[in-house]
Amino acid sequence: MAAAGKENVFAPWKDDAAVPLIRIDQVSKRFGDFTAIDKISLNIYPQEFFALLGPSGCGKTTLMRMLAGFEKPSGGVISIDGQDMVTVPPNKRAVNMMFQSYALFPHLSVWDNIAFGLRRDGLDKDRVAARVEEMLKLVQLGQFARRKPHQISGGQRQRVALARSLAKAPKLLLLDEPLGALDKKLRQETQFELMDIQEKTGTTFVIVTHDQEEAMTVASRVAVMDQGKLIQVETPQVIYEQPNSVYVADFIGDVNLIPGSVSELGGGAALAWAEGKPPLLGQPGASLAKGQNATFAIRPEKIAISAEEPQDRNNRVQGKILEIGYLGNLSTYHVELPEGPVIKCEVGNRSRVERRDFTWEDEVWLSWSDTAGLVLAR
Amino acid sequence: MTRLTTFNIVSLTLGFAFLYIPMLILVIYSFNASQLVTVWGGFSTKWYGELLRNEAMIDAAWVTMKVAFFSSTLATVLGTMAAYVLVRRGRFYGRTLFSGMIYAPLVMPEVITGLSLLLLFIAIGLDRGVLTIVLAHTTFSMCYVSVVVSSRLVSFDDSLEEAALDLGASPFEAFRLVTLPIIAPAVISGWLLAFTLSLDDLVIASFTAGPSATTLPIKIFSSVRLGVSPEINALSTIIIAIVTVGVLTASIVSKRQITRRLREEAQAG
Repeated sequence: MAAAGKENVFAPWKDDAAVPLIRIDQVSKRFGDFTAIDKISLNIYPQEFFALLGPSGCGKTTLMRMLAGFEKPSGGVISIDGQDMVTVPPNKRAVNMMFQSYALFPHLSVWDNIAFGLRRDGLDKDRVAARVEEMLKLVQLGQFARRKPHQISGGQRQRVALARSLAKAPKLLLLDEPLGALDKKLRQETQFELMDIQEKTGTTFVIVTHDQEEAMTVASRVAVMDQGKLIQVETPQVIYEQPNSVYVADFIGDVNLIPGSVSELGGGAALAWAEGKPPLLGQPGASLAKGQNATFAIRPEKIAISAEEPQDRNNRVQGKILEIGYLGNLSTYHVELPEGPVIKCEVGNRSRVERRDFTWEDEVWLSWSDTAGLVLAR
Repeated sequence: MTRLTTFNIVSLTLGFAFLYIPMLILVIYSFNASQLVTVWGGFSTKWYGELLRNEAMIDAAWVTMKVAFFSSTLATVLGTMAAYVLVRRGRFYGRTLFSGMIYAPLVMPEVITGLSLLLLFIAIGLDRGVLTIVLAHTTFSMCYVSVVVSSRLVSFDDSLEEAALDLGASPFEAFRLVTLPIIAPAVISGWLLAFTLSLDDLVIASFTAGPSATTLPIKIFSSVRLGVSPEINALSTIIIAIVTVGVLTASIVSKRQITRRLREEAQAG
């Protein structure tokens, strides 16, 4: 196990000596004329909690189904633990999957559902029983063992599905939108439960989701996919703070995008965005050239709002408040600039009895530091 | 509960009268003491006694049961297999042709099915008897089974079978341990349908039956041609009683299952 970095963080992908559990090498999948996966290469390391994130139809589910063995790649190699997997059928893989619909067997009790895979391995009765009890304890469903799937609630079904897929102690667990059917509150609780279980069992998890918040919360690394391609594979923090493209910046969280062209390029980048206005300063993204069309990306929470013109910051624009959204923990202001763009800015509501400083139609100044924004190639 | 209006009562009465008066008359006349079918001669159960002593009739009933049991079982196996392949195994070359062909016997006139089977049995030199009736009944009832089973398979969640494979079951185990138990109700009703179809088939059976084996419908039909005997009324009454008991049991059992399931789901919340 790699323990690279000074704070002993888990980051095997940065360690050249680490051996990946899954190697996906130049894998493609075509259905007729449609290319679902386009020459993807990716390594996933043992004990990772890896998220495949993207809009529906981006190929994330197809990639997962290839790992499970339900689809065969049209080209390329997938190996798990050093073994070439392309011709291995799903029932011969040390990989288990938790299905989006949970796919619990309706005619079997919770206990028998969990025991199903163990019995297929020909384990003797006592060992099956011991393992099932262990799994029931892990997901805290001991008292529901004799119930049928339709006799328990949605959240409990989700846990049974998890216990069933973990019972055989797979090297790799695949989770297909595992929390999609739960309501928001339960989903958040279950996210932390999943992380806890992943840590306890030490299993490698690959999760497919279209919910960026879910991916950010649970995953050690996130792969953002679009139209069968990997756009960026990084830790949640890097994905959020240093997106490599406008697509990623826009897909993950909220972002203000201001089009313009690169006017200066050095340690930082300057983007000319409106005539007669000073350029916006930010950090340069990859493959940027001077004079090129680019987009300035700035997250709403990194923007400060004030009535007076701030003197200590280079990036400052003036505009009129168009809309105010009160979300409880924070307020969002939509500020329309005379040059056209509407900028979104978020301010935390720290005090309970705070006086509203701004109201609709107010002229305000927005400002942010030189390192808060990114200049991304278009 | 909607209130019954006069119009509803009248239409209900007429409908039920239309359906059940013929049967009711048959049942009443089975207890007729008179030899003449159309003249009431007082209450008697003697025709039931006569029936039990009529060996030809008992033999025919026995043959019918055997034929129905074996043909419906065989039709269920073949029909389920056909439905499974057509619904679950994706789009293979010639699938549309196959699914069209499997349903063709549904609309084919029975006389033609019977005749073609007769010609086939003669051509291959198979002596007509119980075996030929079983084969003939299997042929025409398997498409009914296939229709019933495939309508269930269409709504079957594919991921259940994938989950079984994923947990280490071979494709056959996945079918036996997961798919089959779930579609069992459809398979059973397919079997019952095939059984009933075989029980009351006259046309195909008369083409394929030989002197050694006569089914009940053939026997009844031929004896009625010589004049309706009250014995036939008694036999028909017994058959009606059996069918009524069967239908009532089936509907009570399924109703209980549904209410239990609904109650359990309500408890699960």
